Amino acid sequence: MKANFRLIKDRLAGKLMFFLTTLPGLIVVLMLLGLFQRSRPILALKSFTGLLFSSSWHPLRGDFGFFPFIMGTLWVTFVALLIALPISLLTAIYLSEYAPRLVREWSKPIIDLLAGIPSVVFGVWGILMVVPLVARLAPLFGTYSSGYCVLSGGIVLAIMVFPTIIHVSLEVFSSIPFQLREASLSLGATQWQTVKHVVLRKGSQGIIAAGVLGLSRAFGETMAVLMVVGNMPIVPKSVFQAGYPLPALIANNYGEMMSVPLYDSALMLAALILLLVVLFFNILARIILVRAERRAE
Amino acid sequence: MDFQSHIRIENLSVYFDDLRILKDITLDIPDRRITVIIGPSGCGKTTLLKSLNRLLDPVDGVKVQGRILVDGEDIYDPRMEVTHIRKKMGLLSQKPQPLPMSIYDNVAYGPRVHGLKDKKKLAGIVEHYLKLAGLWEEVKGRLSAPASRLSVGQQQRLCLARGLAVEPEIILGDEPTSALDPQSSQHVEKRLNELKNEYTVVVVTHILRQAKRIADYIVFLYLGELVEHGPAEEIFAHPQDPRTRAYLTGEIS
Amino acid sequence: MNRRKIEEEFFKGLMVASTLVVIGSLLLIIGTIVWKSLPALNLAMLTQTPKGGYYLGKEGGILNAIIGSLYLGFGATVLSILLSLPVALYINLYTMKSSRIATFTRFSLDVLWGIPSIVYGAFGFILMVAIGLKTSLLAGIITVALLEIPIMSRAMDEVIRMVPRELKDASSSLGATRLETALKVVIRQALPGILTAVLIAFGRGIGDAASVIFTAGFTDRIPTSLLQPAATLPLAIFFQLGTPFPEVQQRAYASAAVLTLLVLAISLISRVLTKRYTKHTIK
Repeated sequence: MKANFRLIKDRLAGKLMFFLTTLPGLIVVLMLLGLFQRSRPILALKSFTGLLFSSSWHPLRGDFGFFPFIMGTLWVTFVALLIALPISLLTAIYLSEYAPRLVREWSKPIIDLLAGIPSVVFGVWGILMVVPLVARLAPLFGTYSSGYCVLSGGIVLAIMVFPTIIHVSLEVFSSIPFQLREASLSLGATQWQTVKHVVLRKGSQGIIAAGVLGLSRAFGETMAVLMVVGNMPIVPKSVFQAGYPLPALIANNYGEMMSVPLYDSALMLAALILLLVVLFFNILARIILVRAERRAE
Repeated sequence: MDFQSHIRIENLSVYFDDLRILKDITLDIPDRRITVIIGPSGCGKTTLLKSLNRLLDPVDGVKVQGRILVDGEDIYDPRMEVTHIRKKMGLLSQKPQPLPMSIYDNVAYGPRVHGLKDKKKLAGIVEHYLKLAGLWEEVKGRLSAPASRLSVGQQQRLCLARGLAVEPEIILGDEPTSALDPQSSQHVEKRLNELKNEYTVVVVTHILRQAKRIADYIVFLYLGELVEHGPAEEIFAHPQDPRTRAYLTGEIS
Repeated sequence: MNRRKIEEEFFKGLMVASTLVVIGSLLLIIGTIVWKSLPALNLAMLTQTPKGGYYLGKEGGILNAIIGSLYLGFGATVLSILLSLPVALYINLYTMKSSRIATFTRFSLDVLWGIPSIVYGAFGFILMVAIGLKTSLLAGIITVALLEIPIMSRAMDEVIRMVPRELKDASSSLGATRLETALKVVIRQALPGILTAVLIAFGRGIGDAASVIFTAGFTDRIPTSLLQPAATLPLAIFFQLGTPFPEVQQRAYASAAVLTLLVLAISLISRVLTKRYTKHTIK
């Protein structure tokens, strides 16, 4: 009799757990549907391409041109990756191939800590250090800047993205068997030649995936960038000008959202666009990584 | 057996962190003969082999004491350029390690890395050494194909060609046939036999029959110690040390 | 020969410089926060709620944000555990190795993991409106729980996966049901790892602003019910930094310091736990 009770418990628990297991998939679907549903009002009134490519953002007049925000996001992300990719890659190579054991063991926790610092704290630091620095830098390039601009956003974002790219790259490097490096070294190649021709070549797909993941992270980052990027709804013409990335748009205007007609729908559309772009990059990175793993077998 | 010493190992001890893997080994490796290092697994055979081309250097926590003289120069002298030493030695690993590039590029990698850029010369080298390794006929039509597409046996011969292309004096083999099928193993053994006319060959193996087939000189290691060494016929016919006898009869492995 | 050496030394230099930049950034950020917040951190700051005006008051402290964040963090994390642990156990113990449900769920969790927190915030807002909830502690808890689920599930999945197959087999072959194996063997073996997963998710949830900006609201008071709005440290920092009053800005720095310290402490504890965990596993 007792055995039966245990089996019943097992089955019931199984059913409950199964139900809960369907939730993640459900949440993804609900997110997409929900955001789409809430974007409908504005999509019904204006064409999608019109919204994407119009530069006129005057919500009170009913003008919702997303172009400045898309450009703002692209600018900041581009600057961030330009800074983050080389530095992260070089760091990962150093830690994986050159660094003495102690340096490696102490660097990993520090990079993890960097990954855990909340976005707002990055923002505070950005305001305290990066903005004044950039403001002072601008005259050297012949322009004036308040410091609240694309460059500041890019710098802060780059530092936030370091841990992502480094972590994935390190995993890629450690999956390359040591014997392969030995093969190159035993031919008389230097360590750097081995890195260039063997490690980087073998890990090239993984590194691309790391970059794509970093890109995806940069795209969605909100608070830190918002605090230093200037938030002016114009298309930036230089890194020293203010920008207004998509996430910042959503976060900044949640207050007025409900009081202006169509505003909430526009912001939900922005969120939807963001979601779709990030999804795209994430899935892309996964595919690349899976393909790279399969090649290695 | 009359021979000249090509490599002289003097009081070599190797430590991994605090563990002593090789204990005070002194040994002469004969020139232009096949020397086979035998011994039970874990006794340090591969470590000894790898100490010869300083492949132990990049491993964490390794300490090497003693001297290894090749052509009279101590390869562990801090003033020694390590890539120069490694160029003198070619390594054939247990599991073939084709570099992530084409067949052609694999063989050309060594010379290129040392600065050779002349395309004609490179092509000549590639063909010459692929022939020497007995692989040319099978791959000459697809030199730009990725090396990973070759069979394991072919890959090992590719690695042999690659290793020879830097024109070493010494060939090191770390269980070079244990991952291969019998046919490919035969192929590789034949090549090694032919090569000993020009090169000094040092091979590690745990297959006693293979040692009997190819060895001119035997080195027997047990638990990191050099127990016995000498010309192959003598060691196999009249092993002096009881441990050698025990290993040769299969009592210990 | 020389050219090779020069190239190698050049890139080595670049590599070391890059590593220093990365490590230096962390030290710089923490240092700056500590430096700026030191004058602001005192007992009054930490134990009082803001006074003197509708949340721009110049007196008082940040207790509202501290308690609000703790309430929110704990609530969201508990909710997340209830939704994540069963899933991690199910896909590891109740399904076959190549089950489609497991693959699909892991894929969904991966997808969710990469979604920016602002989208979670927007989604949380949609849910709020749909249920008829106003900005409140509860709405914040639900939204942050959604944010935490993929982080927690993924980490839990990894540690449960690492429990050696033989252990699970040993339990089943003694006649235990899957549930019993899960509760009595697997959880016990993987407990440090599970705790680490919880901590990591908690740290992430408590530090996030974009998900609560729509949903939890903000207030000077400490919430006494789930339906009241709650202040959170991240939002406290954000709002108060933007004011022109230095006293209020001081509160922002103090909040930043408290939040950073909290997150660092969590990170350290989870590191220690992971170290302990890997010491005991039989490989």
